[in-house]
Amino acid sequence: MIWNKEAECMPVEQRRELQSALLQKTVRRCYEKVPVYRKKFDEAGIKPEDIRSVDDIKYLPFTTREDLIENYPFGMFAVPMEEIVRIHSSSGTTGKPKVVGYTKNDINVWAEVMARTIGCGGAGKNDIVQNAYGYGLFTGGLGIHYGAEKIGATVIPISGGNTKRQIMVMQDFGSTMLACTPSYALYIADTAAEMGVDIRKLPLKYGIFGAEPWTDSLRKEIEEKMGIRATDIYGLSEIIGPGVSSECEVQNGLHVFDDHFLPEVIDPNTLEVLPPNTPGELVFTSLTKEAFPIIRYRTRDLSMLMIDPCPCGRTHFRMGRITGRTDDMLIIRGVNVFPSQIESVLLGVEGIAPHYLIVVDRVDSLDSLEVWVEVSEKVFSDEIKVLEALEKRIEREIESVLGLSVAVRLKEPKTIERSEGKAKRVLDKRPKT
Amino acid sequence: MKVKQLSIFLENQSGRLAEVAGALGSEGINIRALSLADTSGFGILRLIVNDIAKARKVLQDKGFIVKETDVIAVEVPDCPGGLASVLNALAAEKINIEYMYAFVEKSSKDAIVIFRIENIDEGIRALLSKGINVLTAEQVYAL
Ligand SMILES: [Zn+2]
Repeated sequence: MIWNKEAECMPVEQRRELQSALLQKTVRRCYEKVPVYRKKFDEAGIKPEDIRSVDDIKYLPFTTREDLIENYPFGMFAVPMEEIVRIHSSSGTTGKPKVVGYTKNDINVWAEVMARTIGCGGAGKNDIVQNAYGYGLFTGGLGIHYGAEKIGATVIPISGGNTKRQIMVMQDFGSTMLACTPSYALYIADTAAEMGVDIRKLPLKYGIFGAEPWTDSLRKEIEEKMGIRATDIYGLSEIIGPGVSSECEVQNGLHVFDDHFLPEVIDPNTLEVLPPNTPGELVFTSLTKEAFPIIRYRTRDLSMLMIDPCPCGRTHFRMGRITGRTDDMLIIRGVNVFPSQIESVLLGVEGIAPHYLIVVDRVDSLDSLEVWVEVSEKVFSDEIKVLEALEKRIEREIESVLGLSVAVRLKEPKTIERSEGKAKRVLDKRPKT
Repeated sequence: MKVKQLSIFLENQSGRLAEVAGALGSEGINIRALSLADTSGFGILRLIVNDIAKARKVLQDKGFIVKETDVIAVEVPDCPGGLASVLNALAAEKINIEYMYAFVEKSSKDAIVIFRIENIDEGIRALLSKGINVLTAEQVYAL
């Protein structure tokens, strides 16, 4: 269901005018209230009055994760503490977390965009939302909670974990929508199967899943195992939390609620704004935030924008699924290469172990690209030609994806280094300049 | 008449072959025949041993990728034209040889050639019909 037809189906031209007005207001607010922004604007030679429409956004400086960390905890707040009614923060796996604040009105805006998200996912006021996102400093739990209440649904604030209880509640309370990370959804489905509970027979109809990248094949698995429609949702605390964008029932990209958050996609090297349907780094500017306005925030998430009309009737532009992070991006012979592109090819080759290493080197001033792949019992053959054909096949498929020649090297099992945390996928041996 | 052969995937790295041989030796497994086929990046070691199940386990426990394949062992008269007579017997039936390797057994005058062919039963029939001596597995393991 469409929660707010007026906003979500607003003619594109009309929204552009609205965005232009809101952008001018935000820029002025940042310049006047946040010294960090004043300094950035001054250094860039930009005055608030130079920004007359959304077209002028390209003149504004970017905000990075480092800016937030340097100004930890409250250095980028635009209102005095007495107007702040809530604080959230990111997990901050490396060093200081990123801290964000909300005014009363920011919380209302957040509830509004989350109500839209829940509507996009299929639910409305008659639904029962089982909220298995963690409550706390993480934005997932309370974001879903306020949105579900705003849309008039019944919320079960169960939070994450205790999977058997999740399943019991699902059965006894008749939850119709599940909200959690996609990997937890799969875990719930598998646990239910082990317990002999057939989730497909329960009233559960919808799932809104986010907070981690996932694939269409995982979506299909969740949809089949649970008998639901699984919707991808996106957000990050720096912008507001969940509620930045959401897929609709068409499932062809996530509508960005761009009357509140203005999206751009840039080339992470040249920082130039890219046209629609061109992959690059997502950048957001908040248009209505009071406590923590943010200008051209570089998310490091890779996606693209799609501006063609969506059959659902919403006019919000859409972004594609997150395909990776700029942190992982390699530039090889001038081409942007993401490990995820290579990984997706390898995942499509049956019997190839998920362990691989991308080795980049420079030979005679030319970048070389090798992909090391572990051989499994399944693909191993006693015939050289079979293994060589396998190498060639993977090489061809990677080349067709990247447009770069690559050498695939078969390796013995367990020879590629394992890691407890984030797997190390790239070995860049090129001399650093 | 099928003989079990072990194939092992090896990266082209010094010492890997020695590791295989060492692991088998310390478990008292005797290598009857071997061949190593390699490319610039990797090699496939093919072995015939006296205790295939034990050898397989020893190597798998060491983390090697091991595959068992049926091959045939043929006694080839140690004289000019000896090998040709065997190959002709297979060629006459249009049987394709995937690979082969040979070794000379010290207690006999004859050479032994190991064949890996697509359709092993057909191959054995073709050889036997031409009067060629195909060894049994027991004969080979006990060489
Ligand atoms: Zn839509």
